[in-house]
Amino acid sequence: MGLASQLHRVDFRPVIALEHVTKTYPKAQRPSLNDVSVSIEKGEFVFFIGPSGSGKSTMVKLLLREIQPTKGKIIVNNREVGNMRSWRIPNFRRSIGCVFQDFRLLPNRTAYENVAFALEVIGKTQAVARRVVPEVLELVGLGGKEHRYPQELSGGEQQRVAVARAFVNRPLILLADEPTGNLDPDTSIEIMRLLDRINRTGTTVVMVTHDSNIVNQMRRRVVEIEGGKIVRDQPRGVYG
Amino acid sequence: MRLKYVLSEVAVGLWRNVTMTIAMMITMAVSLTLLGASVLLYLQVNHMREVYYEKVEVTIFLKAQDTTQSQKDVIEADLKQDPLVETYDFETKEEAYARFKEIYASAPDLTDLTKPESLPESFRVKLKNPDAFDAFKEKYQKYVGGEGIDTIVDQKKLVEKVFSVLGSLQTLALIIAIVQGVAALMLVINTIQVAAYSKRREVAVMKLVGASNWFIQAPFVLEAVAAGLIGAIIAYGTLVLAKIYVFDGALEPLTAVLTPVPWFNVHMMLPLLAGAGALVSSVTGWFALRFYIRV
Repeated sequence: MGLASQLHRVDFRPVIALEHVTKTYPKAQRPSLNDVSVSIEKGEFVFFIGPSGSGKSTMVKLLLREIQPTKGKIIVNNREVGNMRSWRIPNFRRSIGCVFQDFRLLPNRTAYENVAFALEVIGKTQAVARRVVPEVLELVGLGGKEHRYPQELSGGEQQRVAVARAFVNRPLILLADEPTGNLDPDTSIEIMRLLDRINRTGTTVVMVTHDSNIVNQMRRRVVEIEGGKIVRDQPRGVYG
Repeated sequence: MRLKYVLSEVAVGLWRNVTMTIAMMITMAVSLTLLGASVLLYLQVNHMREVYYEKVEVTIFLKAQDTTQSQKDVIEADLKQDPLVETYDFETKEEAYARFKEIYASAPDLTDLTKPESLPESFRVKLKNPDAFDAFKEKYQKYVGGEGIDTIVDQKKLVEKVFSVLGSLQTLALIIAIVQGVAALMLVINTIQVAAYSKRREVAVMKLVGASNWFIQAPFVLEAVAAGLIGAIIAYGTLVLAKIYVFDGALEPLTAVLTPVPWFNVHMMLPLLAGAGALVSSVTGWFALRFYIRV
């Protein structure tokens, strides 16, 4: 086997693959996702765009295995997610970092403690946290603000804490669901720079958004969903 | 560190909702006390059955007056060759009086008033098969009345009555234990749901970052287990006090009838009740969480 084909196997094995995925919620008239196939390779930066109710959030929930597909296969990090046994889910989720529009920080813990909490509950020691957490807070640009509580931080800073928490365990995938939805344009751009920097470390970034400015500025792959179907998949797209 | 985390979460959880925690412990304690009492009664009845069946006799009471020696001889001759009889003894009026004085030692007025002559003589018969009383009674029925026998009494029937009273006490204790147990479990479910609700943010984050299910659920379940264990300890303490002040205290004069409750049995209740309390509350807690904290 030639080197080229080996490289091919290593580099182009998709880190996320949806194969003919359909999701119909119970009692729903029509499917939220209808026969969707998409594949994302390691190190990519992908935007999922589309109007409200297009099926973007369903996609996020499927990737996190919060819900199961009605039909089709979902493969993340070489693992079939759809029929995964529930006791395997926690370990699976450790390979995905998550950021949300509403930050989801613990209000009674400092920035440091919020990030350290994510490590401690998956069994890392405090010694590990003491070494890794300041590092990642520095990376997201919060050096010196470790001991602030969320309500003492701006929206952008809170989202940075959330990014730090998502990234501290060095996941293979960073899943961002409308991460700039609650932020003003300037702050949004800072968060995007941060996600870009994280992407450059080799982390695959999947971002769900309907922020056209950001999509247009970043010029990354754009997958547009409408009515549960993929209507566009462009390598260096704009919001359109 | 994980253990420390879990334990501190348990302590905080119990303290956060302290009135509910206390209610949970009290109902647990009452339920477990009655469960323990029920088990003790059950053991006691079984033990007493062994002791008494070993000793039970059939007593042929002769008429206190006007029983002739020849009548006694006839009955004794019958007993001697009766295949149902294992052994028999004749109890004179003096022996009956001695026994009477012993039984009623705590009532000297009664023993002073009673004279040996007013007590009946009797044959104390041990049957080969204690259940053959009816056949035995049939045979000697002909002597009842004019021929010297007053009554034929089966002690087994008397002790059975005592056992059936103890048995219904045991059933009653068990029923109350179950009803209280159900109340305790409802409190466990409620407490756990309140705890899970008050920590919903933490739980959401833990699920998000991939904390294992047991790690998420352990603090809640252990809260219930801790309440169960403390309830069991209180229940055990109550049983110990009951042993000291009731069985060995107030009921002491009845030791001739009620065989004493051994300390070993009482102490055995601690692991038993702790096990039952911990198991039931952890299973309940775990189930309550299944419905509350979905993966």
